[in-house]
Amino acid sequence: MTQYHQFEAVIVGAGGAGLMAALHASKAANVAVISKLYPTRSHTGTAQGGIAAALANMEEDHWEWHMFDTIKGGDYLVDQDSAEILARDAIDSIIELEHMGLPFDRTPDGRIEQRRFGGHTAEYGQRPVMRACKSADRTGHMILQTLYQSCIKQKVTFFDEYFMVDLIVQDGICRGVVAVHMDSGELHVFHAKAVLLAAGGFGRMFKVTSNAHSLTGDPVAACYRRGLPLEDMEFFQFHPTGMYKLGILLSEAARGEGGVFLNDQGERFMERYAPTMKDLASRDVCSRCMYLEVKAGRGIGGKDYLYLDIRPESITRYQSAPGGKPVTAEELEKKLPDIIEMMRVYQGVDPIKEPVPIQPTAHYAMGGIPTDNDGWARADEKGGMVAGLYSAGECACVSVHGANRLGTNSLVDLVVFGRRGGKAMAEFCKTATFAPLPKAPEAEVAAELERIRINTGQEKAGKIRVEMQNSMMDNVSVFRTGPMVQTALDKVRELKERFQRVQIDDKGQRFNTDLLETFELGCLLDLAEVTAAAALDRTESRGAHSRDDYPKRDDANWLKHSFAFHTGAPGAALTSPAIDLKYRPVVITKFEPKERKY
Amino acid sequence: MKITLKIKRFNPETDRKPHWESYEVEVEPTDRVLDALHEVKWYQDGTLALRRSCAHGICGSDAMRINGRNALACKLLMKDVAKDGGTVTVEPLLGLPLLKDLIVDMEPFFAHYRSVMPFLVNDEPLPEDGRERRQSPEARERFDKGTWCILCAACTTSCPSFWATDQYVGPAAIVQAHRFIFDDRDRAAEARLKVLNEQMGVWRCRTAFNCTEACPREIPVTQLIGEVKKALATGKLE
Repeated sequence: MTQYHQFEAVIVGAGGAGLMAALHASKAANVAVISKLYPTRSHTGTAQGGIAAALANMEEDHWEWHMFDTIKGGDYLVDQDSAEILARDAIDSIIELEHMGLPFDRTPDGRIEQRRFGGHTAEYGQRPVMRACKSADRTGHMILQTLYQSCIKQKVTFFDEYFMVDLIVQDGICRGVVAVHMDSGELHVFHAKAVLLAAGGFGRMFKVTSNAHSLTGDPVAACYRRGLPLEDMEFFQFHPTGMYKLGILLSEAARGEGGVFLNDQGERFMERYAPTMKDLASRDVCSRCMYLEVKAGRGIGGKDYLYLDIRPESITRYQSAPGGKPVTAEELEKKLPDIIEMMRVYQGVDPIKEPVPIQPTAHYAMGGIPTDNDGWARADEKGGMVAGLYSAGECACVSVHGANRLGTNSLVDLVVFGRRGGKAMAEFCKTATFAPLPKAPEAEVAAELERIRINTGQEKAGKIRVEMQNSMMDNVSVFRTGPMVQTALDKVRELKERFQRVQIDDKGQRFNTDLLETFELGCLLDLAEVTAAAALDRTESRGAHSRDDYPKRDDANWLKHSFAFHTGAPGAALTSPAIDLKYRPVVITKFEPKERKY
Repeated sequence: MKITLKIKRFNPETDRKPHWESYEVEVEPTDRVLDALHEVKWYQDGTLALRRSCAHGICGSDAMRINGRNALACKLLMKDVAKDGGTVTVEPLLGLPLLKDLIVDMEPFFAHYRSVMPFLVNDEPLPEDGRERRQSPEARERFDKGTWCILCAACTTSCPSFWATDQYVGPAAIVQAHRFIFDDRDRAAEARLKVLNEQMGVWRCRTAFNCTEACPREIPVTQLIGEVKKALATGKLE
C-alpha cells in the first residue's frame, strides 16, 4: 500500500548541500529530508583536501581573486554573477561552519589554517595562494559530520533509506516526490510545497571513478524523464590523481603540500605545460597533460599511468612545497593521513618511500539540474522556472563551475548554494499553498519498478553496467572526438534497448537492492545518453570537454550553456532517444573571456 | 585466486532463521572483500543484500563480521583474509536486529549516538569581528582522534558489554561524547558526563579492547573511553 506524507519542504539527499538546506529551511518551514543512504554515508564525507574561502589567514587574499580563479578555471563558461556569490558567500559560510563546531586545523594564533590548491591564485593568476580551509585531508568528512550534528541539534526530520524514484511535477508546478522505503519496499508519496534535490553526482557511468557506488543520479534522471532540462551535461571532470585502476581519489592537497607528477623518464612534466602553476594547474589541464604523456610513450613502463611523487626528499629537492621549504615525513603524515593510509592499504605502496601509480578518474559532474542563484530550478533555456522545485550541490548546475570545477569549490558550492536554496524554499513555503497531487502520482513509477521485478528477459544488469562504463570511459572521457562519442552514444542506446530485457534475481519486497540497483542503472543510462549527445553537439574544446577534432575554444559560437530536454512522452526516456539540445548565453559581468594559461 | 565465500543469509520474507550459503569466486589478491561480495551479487546471486557506498573506507556503510571479526568489507583485501583455495566467512554485525542478509537495523545504534548530545553547545556571544572562534592548535589536537569516527558501528557491535545489553550506550557514542567533552569551544561537558555516568553509561565498559581492534579508523577507542572515565572519577577535564 502506498503511504502518503505531507511536508512543506522536502529535501532529497543528505550530503553537504541537503543538510545545509535542511538547517536553513527548517528554521521557517516544516521539513523532511529523505535519503537513500544514512546521512553520514553521503559522498560529501569523502572530500579530502579543503574548502576555499578568501579568509586571508595565511597571506593576502581577496574574494575577487577567488571569483576570477573560479571563472578562469571554468574556462569562461561560468555565470559570473553566480561566481561572485560563491566567492563572497564562501567567507561567511566557512565562519558559519566553524561556529557550528567544525574542527578546522588551526594556525598558531588560533585562526583557521589554509593550504594551496590547484588553480587558486593570488593577483589574478600570478602565483599559488593558500585559500583552502581544511581539517587534515578529511575536510568533507568533518563538514558532513558537523552538518549532521547540527541537524540533530535542530531536530530535523529524516527519512533514512528512502530511495526517490520519481518527481511529481504537473503543469510546470512541482508537487512532491515518490520514494521507495527500502526496508519494506513500500512506496511513499511525499506531498510538498517545495522540493529541493541535492542528491550528488553520477560518476558511476564511467569505469574508473572516484564516485561512490550510490552516485547514480536518480533524481537528475527523474527530472529529465519528466521533461525538465539538464544543463551542461557534456562537462564531466576527470581528476588527475586517481589511484591506478581503482579510481580512488588522492587529493589535490598532495600537490598543494608539494607533490609532483613524474613520467617514465622521471621528468616533472607539468613544468613544460604550465610554467607558472606547474603541478597546481587546474584539473582538466593536468588530466590532459597526463593523457598526452601516455600517448607520447612516457607512461610508466610504456603503460597508461604516471606517478604522483610525495616523497619528502623529492618535495625538498623540487622546492615544490609552499615557500619552497623542505618537508619531513612526519609533517606529511600529519597533513595527509588518510590518503597516505589509502595508498598503503589499496596499492601496497608507501608514498613516503615510493612514487604512486595514478591515472585520471571520473570525479565530478559540472552539469545537472539548471538553477538560478537561489537554487530555483529552471524550466527552459529562456528564463522559465519550475514552481516549487529547487536543487543544490553536485546535482545542480548554477553554473559556478562552468566547463571545469576548481578543487575545493564543490564544498564551497554545497554550503553556499545549499544555504541559499534552503532559505529560498522556506521563503516560498510561507506564501505558497500545497498544489494538489495528481491522481495516483506513484502509478507510473510503480509500473516501471514492477516491470523490472517480474521481467523474464535474458539480460543481466551487471553486464550492461560494465559495457556502459567501458564505452563511456573509452570514448567520452579526457579526450573525445565526434566518431568516438558517436560510438558511445550508439552503445548506450543499444544498452537502453537491452535494459528492457533485464531479469533480476530478487523478486521480493524487503531491501530489494537487486531491483533498486537495476533502477539506478536505468538512470545512469539516461544520463550517459544525455552526456554523450551534448558532447557530440559541442564542436569546440573547453574545460573538461576536449574534442581532438575541434581543439580550440570557440567563443564566437559556443560561449553558451547546453540545455538538454527529453522530448518523448513523460517517463518514456528509457525507451526513447529523443533529445532536444537548446542553448542559453553565459552571464559575463567582470571578466571578459581570454586565453587560459597556467 | 579462487576462494569460497561463506555468507550468512537471511530473507525475512521466507526464512525463519539465518543459514549459511557458499559461493566460489575468482578474485585478485588485492581485491577488497567488497569486490568479492559484488562478484556474487552481480554475477551469481542478485538476491544478496548488503549496504555499501564509497568503497574506500570513509562512508562506513559496509561494516560486517569477516572471519569472525568486525571490519569494513571495502577496507580488507582478500590476500589478508584468505589463501588461494581458502574460505572467508561473512556475517552481519552482532547485537543489532537483523533485517536481511548482511543488513542490520542501525536505528538502536544511532539512538545511542543521539543520547550523548553529539553536537557543539555554546550559547556565548560569537566573536564581534564576525570571524571564527579562536582555538589553539594544541586545544584542537586534544579531541582530534574522536573526530575520525565514521559511525560504522564496528566498535559498538564488537563489544561484549553491548552484546550483553543493547541498552549500553556503547563505544561509538562515548567516542562522540569525548569529541565534544574535550573541545574547548563546547560548554555541555557536564550534561554529557551525566548521561555517561548512568548505569548504561561508560562504566559498562570492561576494557576488553575489542572496540579498539575493530575500529577501521584506528581510533584508540578504549583509551578515549578511559579518558571519559577519568574525567568522571576526578571531576576534571584534562
